[in-house]
Amino acid sequence: MVKFELKVNGQEYQLEIPADVSLLEVLREYLGFTGTKEGCGQGECGACTVLVDGQAVNACLYPALKAAGAEVLTIEGLAGPGGKLHPLQEAFISAGAVQCGYCTPGMIMSAKALLDRNPTPTREEIKLGLAGNLCRCTGYNKIITAVEKAAAAINKEK
Amino acid sequence: MPQEYLLPASIEECLHMLAVYPGGRIIAGGTDLMLDLREGRKEAKALIDITRIGELKRISADKDRISIGAAVTHAEVAASELIRQRLPALAAAAGAVGSPQVRNVGTLGGNIVNAQPAADTAVALVALGARAVIVSAAGERQVAVEDLYAGVGRSQVDASKEILTKFIIDLWGAGDASAFARLARRRTLSLPVLNVAVRVKLKEGRCTRARVCLAPVVPRPLPCQEAASVLIGQPPTEEVIARAAAAAKQAAHPRDSLLRGPANYRKDMVEVLLKRALREAFGLPAEEDGHQGQTV
Ligand SMILES: Cc1cc2nc3c(=O)[nH]c(=O)nc-3n(C[C@H](O)[C@H](O)[C@H](O)COP(=O)(O)OP(=O)(O)OC[C@H]3O[C@@H](n4cnc5c(N)ncnc54)[C@H](O)[C@@H]3O)c2cc1C
Ligand code: FES
Ligand code: FES
Repeated sequence: MVKFELKVNGQEYQLEIPADVSLLEVLREYLGFTGTKEGCGQGECGACTVLVDGQAVNACLYPALKAAGAEVLTIEGLAGPGGKLHPLQEAFISAGAVQCGYCTPGMIMSAKALLDRNPTPTREEIKLGLAGNLCRCTGYNKIITAVEKAAAAINKEK
Repeated sequence: MPQEYLLPASIEECLHMLAVYPGGRIIAGGTDLMLDLREGRKEAKALIDITRIGELKRISADKDRISIGAAVTHAEVAASELIRQRLPALAAAAGAVGSPQVRNVGTLGGNIVNAQPAADTAVALVALGARAVIVSAAGERQVAVEDLYAGVGRSQVDASKEILTKFIIDLWGAGDASAFARLARRRTLSLPVLNVAVRVKLKEGRCTRARVCLAPVVPRPLPCQEAASVLIGQPPTEEVIARAAAAAKQAAHPRDSLLRGPANYRKDMVEVLLKRALREAFGLPAEEDGHQGQTV
């Protein structure tokens, strides 16, 4: 067991964890951030996507201890003060981009990483940005539309 | 089970940790190693994470060569203006790995030491003639990337004792060009059915140097001298490209594979892919050869 401090959604947590435990297990089992999902556990589906220092990573393959000193952002950290939903969350709801919802947190975190880097992506760029996230339900079109809507909303707010 | 997770800040500190923690093993991005540990294919008593070592994260160039740290990620390689301009085959290969999430974390060094025969950046690095710099307590050695393979998934680099620190790629001067082509079932998150990379130098309308790499047709990325020697001394024409591609097809002996497809199909596709890569490297227009598969 290794003693370690992890920063998630702006808050520091003291932990004692096995040296090879994944960031996904720490988030879900140690800290209760169950918004981040486990799909395949092998890097193939993107359901576990979180941001580490702004970069999308598969938490299921990411050693928790690698996140020492970094900022981890999960879906729980996206809403603003008073629980005001992030424009991406709003857009996923209004565009009908959520069916069973299992892929949604990962999709939204990948979309956030994309929009932070490229605030006006084309549909093709959105597809490439979300290429590491699988959805069994929606057929993707509405997800891509939701990201376009969110981009427009964020750019209008600015 | 690993008892420690260590984050050395320098190569010296990392070597010291490898010495004092028997059973210690280097981890870079962990995109291969985390699964190997979980599924018992590899073991480590301590994980020594090299991604905070500044020297291993650097891309640099002088007039003769480019050097790329082993802990540089695929995303960083694919986005580097220097690599895109001078070593386009490598930028394309790094951009084809896995998914955005895998590219943000996976490294060039990990891709090579993991020693899969069709690792995308390995194919490009072999075509580019890259040398790996390997540091251990005994000192430093340089080995051509194609000579690092000991078998499928087995590298000559011993990650419990040695650090692959960087890759060195000599620049070939004016007329230096390279390209990468990949065949897979979809554009992301799929194993390559085949991947090829080429590097050529054009001088006064002739190809004066050439390197070709094919994979996976043997248990390591295969440098294809047969195709390269067809190109040397010749002008960059469709006819020459066709002869080089035919030579590569002749030299490649892929196996029947449930994952990657039947051998005869893949042998035919070696020819198609090599033509695509050579046209790109020679700056000729792409031609439609009637195949619908995805390449990058
Ligand atoms: C979903 C998914 C998709 C993938 N798709 C592709 C793909 O399309 N193409 C492809 O080529 N690969 C693919 N990979 C494989 C993998 O991402 C790459 O091989 C990656 O480059 C490995 O790098 P890493 O830094 O994560 O290595 P790690 O997992 O950290 O290490 C791999 C091995 O190398 C050793 N090692 C790492 N760095 C060093 C070093 N500097 N010195 C000595 N030893 C070292 C480790 O001990 C370990 O044995 C995929 C993986 C996943 C999970
Ligand atoms: S659970 Fe991590 S990628 Fe599928
Ligand atoms: S909404 Fe069900 S997996 Fe995407």
